[in-house]
Amino acid sequence: MAYGSFAELLAAADENGSLGEAAVARECAESGTARTDIFTRLDVALRVMEDAVAEGLTGTARSRSGLTGGDAARVASRAPGLAGPHFDRAIAAALAVGEVNAAMGRIVAAPTGGASGVLPGVLLAVSERLNAPREKLVLALATAGAIGGVIAARAALSGAAAGCQAEIGSGAAMAAAAAVELAGGTPAQAGHAASLALQGLLGLACDPVGGLVEVPCVARNATGSAVALAAAEMALAGVAFPIPFDEVAAAMGSVGRSLPPSLRETALGGLAVTPTGKRLASRSSPRIDEER
Amino acid sequence: MANQRSLFDIIGPVMIGPSSSHTAGAVRLGELALAIFGERPAEAAIELHGSFASTGRGHGTDLALTAGLLGMTPDDPGIRTALEAARAADLRVTFTDADLGEVHPNTARITLRSGGGRVVVVQGSSVGGADVILTRIDDFDVAISGELPVLIVEHHDQPGVIAAVSQILARHDANVASMEVSREMRGARALMVLETDQPVDDAAVGEVAQASAVTSVRVVPAV
Repeated sequence: MAYGSFAELLAAADENGSLGEAAVARECAESGTARTDIFTRLDVALRVMEDAVAEGLTGTARSRSGLTGGDAARVASRAPGLAGPHFDRAIAAALAVGEVNAAMGRIVAAPTGGASGVLPGVLLAVSERLNAPREKLVLALATAGAIGGVIAARAALSGAAAGCQAEIGSGAAMAAAAAVELAGGTPAQAGHAASLALQGLLGLACDPVGGLVEVPCVARNATGSAVALAAAEMALAGVAFPIPFDEVAAAMGSVGRSLPPSLRETALGGLAVTPTGKRLASRSSPRIDEER
Repeated sequence: MANQRSLFDIIGPVMIGPSSSHTAGAVRLGELALAIFGERPAEAAIELHGSFASTGRGHGTDLALTAGLLGMTPDDPGIRTALEAARAADLRVTFTDADLGEVHPNTARITLRSGGGRVVVVQGSSVGGADVILTRIDDFDVAISGELPVLIVEHHDQPGVIAAVSQILARHDANVASMEVSREMRGARALMVLETDQPVDDAAVGEVAQASAVTSVRVVPAV
């Protein structure tokens, strides 16, 4: 089983040297799998993420509905932006994976299909910025997984259960902690980064236009990456969020239970029921039998 | 899955997008239906209920179910062209909207027909993440998740059949994780569904098939 609390994960990181090492050690012990096999599986996941980024950046991925596609290439082809090239890279990569997912491409659901762009966006940009060796990148992915496991135990990871905060919010918390470990921050700083990211997205509604994983989901992967980077920057500078991650995660779960069903993936609230959202939905999503 | 979460439940699965429930789960429903049918069908009439009907096209639910019926897994890029693949494989697939009653919003009923006219009706739901549950086979209520291998034994409802089957499995070291028996009426056609921790070997399947009152045995692997 994954760690059920960040406190427990932090204690294990003390023994193992990092959150990522603690996550790998627990997975070895629980599954009876060798450490090298776990590294190989994580490396495969990383490669699927990298391939999805590359595919999305070609700009050819178009969803069946026609609602999304082409924005990742738009961002990537622009000259270095306001916050520097690595920020652009994160945004473009996150959009790329979101667009590939919407176009029925191959992705890693980490934590979910709809939020599959946040983690690759942040991980690839930060590892390029730091020239990180592959093994550290793989360990950062394990760190992200351990943070996601804590959220799964204390709240939820699906939009249907707790709104978009549980998908993009969780992805951002996972990515922020991974970025901090990749940059050489302490396990405690990685926890603050996760808290800082999740607090910034608390209450985020899941309101997909037409019920599709496209608008606003694709763009939210990019804005989720931006929140994760902001959180990592603060944590690495020594900013400590006063509420521990375990409590922030539990608060997310409790906010999620308070969200009305209309804001939990039913397409009955938020952006989905705006005049334009409804028009896009009727235009883009014929029923399967109407197609024939 | 929730009670034994691995790192790879969070960092994974690797899947074809866009939706774990409407796409990856739908592939698994197709895979399970194919395994229960036990041979490549010539025809699949698929009824889509609730969210599967209203947002299925945008999520590729039609492609995903078809891909599963062709034996593809949720990470197969061939899912995108599954309808073409079905035509090439002489599998005729049709889709209709249906109200299947008080069931999960992501539910499909799949009627499979072989070239020889054999028909099996399977109903299942995609219940979150890529988790699924098959709820009906023909007129029998079942609960098959695809997490563990399953042995499906059709038999006449009479005393001793359940004991005989469980003794055979015990002799072959297959531990039964769960077991369900349902019947059309007392003394009539009945269905036994056994989830096992280990795949049941061919010898055990052969012995079960020979057991008194057993009419058919089908092995459904974990998907």
